[in-house]
Amino acid sequence: MAEVLVLAELNPAGGGVRKTTLEALTAARALGEPSAVVIAAPGTAAGVRDQLAEYGAATVYVAEAPEVDEFLVAPKAEVLAQLVQEKSPAAVVVPSSPEGKEIAARVAIKVGSGFLTDVTEIAADGTATQVAFAGQVIVHSKVTAGTPIYTLRGNSVAPEPAPAAGTEQTVAVSISDAAKGAKVTDRVVEQKSSRPELTEASIVVSGGRGVASAENFSIIEALADSLGAAVGASRAAVDSGFYPHSFQVGQTGKTVSPQLYVAVGISGAIQHRAGMQTSKTIVAINKDPEAPIFELADFGVIGDLNTVVPQATELVNARK
Amino acid sequence: MNIVVLVKQVPDSGSERKLDASDNTVARASADNVLNEIDEYAIEEALTIKEAQGGEVTVLTVGPDGATDAIRKALSMGADKAVHVSDEAMHGSDAVQTSAVLAAALQQLEYDLVLCGAEATDSQMSVMPALLAERLGLPQLSGARKLTVDGGVARIERQTDGGYWAVEAPLPAIVSTWDTINEPRYPSFKGIMAAKKKPVETKSLADLGIDASTVGLANATTQVLDFAGRPPKGEGVKVNDEGDGAQKFVDFLASQKIV
Repeated sequence: MAEVLVLAELNPAGGGVRKTTLEALTAARALGEPSAVVIAAPGTAAGVRDQLAEYGAATVYVAEAPEVDEFLVAPKAEVLAQLVQEKSPAAVVVPSSPEGKEIAARVAIKVGSGFLTDVTEIAADGTATQVAFAGQVIVHSKVTAGTPIYTLRGNSVAPEPAPAAGTEQTVAVSISDAAKGAKVTDRVVEQKSSRPELTEASIVVSGGRGVASAENFSIIEALADSLGAAVGASRAAVDSGFYPHSFQVGQTGKTVSPQLYVAVGISGAIQHRAGMQTSKTIVAINKDPEAPIFELADFGVIGDLNTVVPQATELVNARK
Repeated sequence: MNIVVLVKQVPDSGSERKLDASDNTVARASADNVLNEIDEYAIEEALTIKEAQGGEVTVLTVGPDGATDAIRKALSMGADKAVHVSDEAMHGSDAVQTSAVLAAALQQLEYDLVLCGAEATDSQMSVMPALLAERLGLPQLSGARKLTVDGGVARIERQTDGGYWAVEAPLPAIVSTWDTINEPRYPSFKGIMAAKKKPVETKSLADLGIDASTVGLANATTQVLDFAGRPPKGEGVKVNDEGDGAQKFVDFLASQKIV
């Protein structure tokens, strides 16, 4: 069976692989036999090999070098492109994070391929599905030059185990000076959170302008915590200073596609829809019965979020 | 400090956007076109650096003739001049091809810094800085929420989930900016009037030494096979909260096996 290279995206410092990697391994199986590629600091691969094997990696290519963490994107692209040239895979699948998309882009130039970003599905014949224009248009596309490269949008494919050998193969890494242009001098975490990451979460509870203040976002957080959900915010809420920008859902923010999206006090402007329209189930809580968010909602409560949200939190907690 | 800002004219994300059924490309001619919103932040950043350190800000775009509107907006904000690559052969080009054209155009300009918005609202790929960095051998400083340029070094805070990475590179470098980086100025009346007299140089593919048979829809590295509108959602359930809204909400979650 044809080999498909899947770039593994890892959590920081020993946190295992990200769910997006397991999704990419799952999606890659439509095209052939996945091999995982771990490009990371020395000593990383040993801790993730079993998980990659469990989700279908026949081979785990291990390319470990300090430079891949010390410099931005370019070293990883160099290593992945080298592997593409050596192994001539049927395709390459990369999780669709900002870094993943940039790696895919650089590899495409290096190996002379086309690439498709934020695909939600890959068919056996290589046809990919994408959503365009705030989720309003569904597009089928193909790469027509070189080795097809895809970046897979998070939460688009349910990860399914498919145990494989996961045979480790060490890749000799030599990073060119050209790839050492942009040096990462610090990594700063400003918001430590025990909640799931926004783009990975299976439930997202988002607050909008209607939440009315930064303090009042605590009721959004409480509902999110009762559901084990990530917290999001609309642009209006972020622009008003209610919640940090890194939680913004929508255009110029994150695109999420969870099982359940709860929009609280969000009117549903097109810029917001762009980031959440592909969510499986959408619930809206808003006092304005005419709010456009209700057009998207599978279930809507017309009411005061300050009453409904705390009550709902209590009811969810009581069910546990 | 000479800065080139890459801008893109896009269909207004607040209006109805369409693909053209005849060739599956973005229907640009019929759209309500505007300067890509996030590009304004890149322009603002360029102007701020120029005001502090001197030099010239050049706007560069690839797009149909109508893209002059986006150029005028950038010039009216305060950019000094513009280069507009316009050639019918470009129609339907993908990101890989467009990056080749932008790279060729950049090679004809003198710059210390290339700035662009971190994402275009039409394609939402966020890959142009990576593509250009690769083609031109420039350091890639993408996704900035903060930029400082000092002593021949550019330093950014690359926005990440819950924080940032500090990244630095020697000039010349390419930097992309998010909308967290600054607050773009509005063009003044004086700026709008002055923009009308600023030089806009139009270049064809031949001017850039690019073979037209490497660009355009027929030679793209990707192809849109077909497209369709998202199937309309079935009518959802809406309830008025009469003291039982939260209960009904939780009942709904239970019916979906979510709680």
